[in-house]
Amino acid sequence: MIVNLAFYLFSLILLASAVMVVTARNPVHAVLFLILAFVNAAVLFLLAGAEFLAFILAIVYVGAVAVLFLFVVMMLDVDFAALKEGFQRYAPVGALVGLVLFGELFLVVSGWNVLAGATAARLYPTPDNLTNAAALGSLIYTAYLPLFQLSGIVLLVAMIGAIVLTHRDRKRALRQNLAMQHARKPQDTLVLTRPALGAGAPLPAQEKETL
Amino acid sequence: MSAFFHAEFFQTDLGIVILTLLETLALLVPLLIGVAYLTWFERKVMGAIQLRKGPNVVGPFGLAQPFADAIKMLLKETITPAGADKLLFTLAPMLTFGLALIAWAVIPVNNNWAIANINVGILYLFAISSLGVYGIIIAGWASNSKYAFLGALRSAAQMVSYEVSMGFIIVTVLVCAGSLNLNDIVLAQRHVWYAIPLFPLFIIFFISGLAETNRAPFDLAEGESEIVAGFFVEYSAMSFALFFLGEYANMILISGMTTLLFLGGWLSPIPFAPFTLIPGVFWFLLKILICLFVFVWVRATLPRLRYDQLMALGWKVFLPITLVYLVAVAGVLEYFGWLPNA
Repeated sequence: MIVNLAFYLFSLILLASAVMVVTARNPVHAVLFLILAFVNAAVLFLLAGAEFLAFILAIVYVGAVAVLFLFVVMMLDVDFAALKEGFQRYAPVGALVGLVLFGELFLVVSGWNVLAGATAARLYPTPDNLTNAAALGSLIYTAYLPLFQLSGIVLLVAMIGAIVLTHRDRKRALRQNLAMQHARKPQDTLVLTRPALGAGAPLPAQEKETL
Repeated sequence: MSAFFHAEFFQTDLGIVILTLLETLALLVPLLIGVAYLTWFERKVMGAIQLRKGPNVVGPFGLAQPFADAIKMLLKETITPAGADKLLFTLAPMLTFGLALIAWAVIPVNNNWAIANINVGILYLFAISSLGVYGIIIAGWASNSKYAFLGALRSAAQMVSYEVSMGFIIVTVLVCAGSLNLNDIVLAQRHVWYAIPLFPLFIIFFISGLAETNRAPFDLAEGESEIVAGFFVEYSAMSFALFFLGEYANMILISGMTTLLFLGGWLSPIPFAPFTLIPGVFWFLLKILICLFVFVWVRATLPRLRYDQLMALGWKVFLPITLVYLVAVAGVLEYFGWLPNA
């Protein structure tokens, strides 16, 4: 009873905040609503008894991905009013695409056959003697190991791509070599001279730029 | 007394709610008093380090100073800057302070003395501490001020960076303990505290904790010499006090996490008779107090890092070390058959 009420409450908030993500005028508000949606999705996982997934969702999406997203949106200063100008023109096409996608989803779901024992397995997903995390781990690292590793490699490729993109312009990069700085001695850089009147002091040898 | 709490009434739905409320009060009231006195403790210790007296006027040894400060904060005017996002501006300090408090729901202060002894306690703690950044970002953005915004951006980048190595350290501890439950993690340290075999990780965890709470030498989000007071420059009165108290509550929380993960929680440091008879709460508080002292000591001694040094330390030093350490620890445990529940 209470669990059902909680489910409807949190799914209502989830749907409402998801709608607000696309309708909010201010992009920062939109991202904050997205975060609210993530949090509510995590709570739904909790209600379903998947506490490991719930907290991983909170840590990865709310704690890291959404922070960076918010970071970018705050700095970009996107003008949503300008973005929404063409809304009237493109709305029919968008609605058509949405309808086609919905029809495809409907076809897939209506033709879905559920295995006889699967319903029971879904009602009691983890055995009583195993915690959530252990049950998930014993599947991911055995039966689905190749898929798991592949998804890791996809992320690695994306990461390397991002690093390569930011390092294209290496000439401007200022870098600091701590070991070289610590190895500097006064006699390497300081010269005490007593120049003759009107003659001036000789310039010291130019230092290497990498310092 | 114990029979009273095991009465039939406390097994009913209403009884469980009332019991949880009582437990929450029993935790929060000492915690809030602790937060208030932590500000006094910090000022006294820093005073001693800098050869000053610290607060010594209000009450004996200045002990009433936190309450005088609280009354001062309450009586001041709350100012909302022009052009600020009013709702978010008021929400941000509440979020910071609230998150600092709800994390305590899973912290066991003695064997099985947690309000909620959940299976994935450490994940809950990690999730809550990673949410802490939102209070700061929202405050910085909603203030409609350049200094506040710069502080928020710095803090967002910093907290995300140090969370990564903190996550790897937590995973290493989990591999050693074989459980995500905080109670089990402490009990797994009966024979040896993880601070000894995982000493480098202990130090890195503590330093990451300094960065995660935006404390010196990682307090670039405040950076009073460059960006005035950073993300909370526009805040005044009680909303400022909430940020201030939230920071101190987070310090206690990080000290508590360090104690649970590395210093054996409530376990007595000397494992025989006269010392094991002392209640575990005492040892837990003592360990937290030592961690807090180091927090203050670091603040009084070290200069602030430059921003690129901060990033380099997080990504180029801590991340590789913790990553390699995790793989090495897992390998050693597997090779010698020391993995728990194997």
